[in-house]
Amino acid sequence: MSQKRCSAPFSNTQPCRIVKKRAMTPNVKMLEVEADAVSQRGKPGQFVIVRVDEKGERIPITLGGTDPKKGTITLYIAEVGSSSQQLAALQVGDNILNLSGPLGNPTEVKSYGSVLCVANGVFIGAHVFLIKALRKEGNKVVSVIGARTHDQLFMVNEAKKASNEGLVAEDGEGFGLLKGLLAERQFNHVFTIGSTSMQRFVSDLTRPTGTPTTVSLFPIMVDGTGMCGACRVTVGGNTRFACVNGPDFDGHIVDFDELVSRMRYYTPQEKIAMVLRERGVI
Amino acid sequence: MPIRSQIEMPKQSPEERTSNFEEVACGYDEGMAAAEASRCLTCLKPQCVPGCPVGVDIPGFIRLVKEGKPMEAARRIKQMNALPAICGRVCPQEEQCQKNCVLGLRGDPIAIGRLERFVADQERVSGVEMPEILSSTGKRVAVVGSGPAGLTVAAELVKLGHEVEVYESLHKAGGVLMYGIPQFRLPKEIVQAEIEYVRKLGVSMHLDSTVGRLATVPELLGGGFDAIFIGSGAGLPNFLEVPGENLNGVYSANEFLIRTNLMKAYKFPEYRTPIQVGKRVAVIGGGNVAMDSARCALRLGAEKVYIVYRRGLEELPARHEEVENAREEGVIFELLTNPVRFIGDSRGFLSGIECVKMKLGEPDSSGRRRPIPVEGSNFLIDIDNVVVAVGQSPNPIIQQTTGGLEVSRHGTIIVDEETMRTSIDGVYAGGDVVSGAATVISAMGAGKKAAKAIHEYITKKKG
Repeated sequence: MSQKRCSAPFSNTQPCRIVKKRAMTPNVKMLEVEADAVSQRGKPGQFVIVRVDEKGERIPITLGGTDPKKGTITLYIAEVGSSSQQLAALQVGDNILNLSGPLGNPTEVKSYGSVLCVANGVFIGAHVFLIKALRKEGNKVVSVIGARTHDQLFMVNEAKKASNEGLVAEDGEGFGLLKGLLAERQFNHVFTIGSTSMQRFVSDLTRPTGTPTTVSLFPIMVDGTGMCGACRVTVGGNTRFACVNGPDFDGHIVDFDELVSRMRYYTPQEKIAMVLRERGVI
Repeated sequence: MPIRSQIEMPKQSPEERTSNFEEVACGYDEGMAAAEASRCLTCLKPQCVPGCPVGVDIPGFIRLVKEGKPMEAARRIKQMNALPAICGRVCPQEEQCQKNCVLGLRGDPIAIGRLERFVADQERVSGVEMPEILSSTGKRVAVVGSGPAGLTVAAELVKLGHEVEVYESLHKAGGVLMYGIPQFRLPKEIVQAEIEYVRKLGVSMHLDSTVGRLATVPELLGGGFDAIFIGSGAGLPNFLEVPGENLNGVYSANEFLIRTNLMKAYKFPEYRTPIQVGKRVAVIGGGNVAMDSARCALRLGAEKVYIVYRRGLEELPARHEEVENAREEGVIFELLTNPVRFIGDSRGFLSGIECVKMKLGEPDSSGRRRPIPVEGSNFLIDIDNVVVAVGQSPNPIIQQTTGGLEVSRHGTIIVDEETMRTSIDGVYAGGDVVSGAATVISAMGAGKKAAKAIHEYITKKKG
């Protein structure tokens, strides 16, 4: 007999075991990880920070799904740097040394009416997680997912099934599709999650009509609890921390130029780490 | 007549130490400790003890050093202070216990901190003996944050037989002792050893668990804890709010120090957290955090490191010892200077700062003379990195998620100063989240007061 829980756990435990792994695309892996507390408290829009081993970086990852009954969470990892490659190389049964979360504020899920959700790349997983929550509140959701090439698309059927209307954009046709969609139809709210260039593009499209547009930002972060200030973003002329004030912001007033520049700060170090990883040095 | 001067503590030479992260001060050996201890007059009415925020029996432990019993000396300190190896290194003794030492009237005061460090290090090497723990009371206390305040509360209460659980948001316990104070001033192995002592007393530590994002304070209170202590620190970095502050290359001191200390970016790429330090670094601010940042920058390879501070040498809030260490290592002090804006290149990277010279006017509300810009004195410095070290504010997560908790307009939690009790029954707070950014030992002193009040509260509480 399973006992009914009186309340969700107060703390995370270490380490966290990987119970399932799937290759979604050639460079995106799905990991299902044991994390009881996060599985019961985590909401769409929030993130976790993982550290693979004692020498590892703290890597922020947007929550891709939760299974409170099993006590697991789902993370989608794009293998873009040496730390994410290391994480994505773990197998079922391997442990992640540290997992902290949920962090950041949840996306404001309420009844908006007609909603457009746009996602691309590795964030398609987190996007489906959000759509499901929005549908539960009775919203009518049109979703658009995109990727640079066909083989980088994943969860196409899940996204379609979760939405009232699910559209797919391949090979860079997404911008045209979105332009047409936003010109033809009216939405009460737009949510974007994915590449900064896409989120900026959508915000630029909706700014003239004033359709509220929530973007989900992922600047460089260290602690994820407001301590370091690495994730500061200029929003409406004010400095905001993505971890304590976000990660969702009003896309119409985000300083995207600054954001893009700040996200590139460690590119030289990242290149060094990639080369050393390829050569088996780290 | 006692010897007038303190026995010097050996240090790494400035040339040597700026190329490593090893501890700068090397500590007394037995002979040095015995010689320094022998200077103590063992006053019947000691002036030093009232200066100690946690009330260590200073003449008592020094007498044991004189008698060649460092282990007993360590245990004597630990009756009042669970973290002596840490306090021996980072307490501002010159402003506290040593300030009123009778020897100080006609020479140097007794070197209390160096002796405390000596006995704690001796004990750590030879094996720590555990104190007596009172039998279980069945009462449970949750402690939020594992910095100096939280560790002190936890150690005090567990010794009295209460069950204590500590919640820490980072992946390592220790708070500012781990992420803030650099390795060369406070080795992380020593911090972890003292935390291990607190753990062995019976305290459970929950890492990676941010109270307010996971469980909230009201949830903890309703979830079987008889009392809560909030010691979540002053984690939110202040900025100057001048143009260009978000350029690439501008760090908060918190970020700079977390990367360097907690994440060990000085060992990149072996440790995988990167840090970028160019040839010329300017640290804005004049406190201990500013000195720590400047000295880290030197060790990370910067050729020129400036401390840019808006008041003068006399007003530097950092400990004299730290200012001296920084000077010896070659840090350049640009005093009576304030940044007006940060200048970037076309790619959004910092390339310089524009400063203005300052002069001191009438004292302000803090009693310090107010710095006033000197018109027309603006000048440029070429700079690759700025570290902003102008203070921290309390982390807002707990305050935002705890209904009914009274908070000042600065975001600090309001408490009764004697008991550290907050506006919520059963909830106590102390350390930087109450006082604003202060010292390790003042946080421990607050923890001590709170532990006493919590013990009384839960002992009286029924059930």
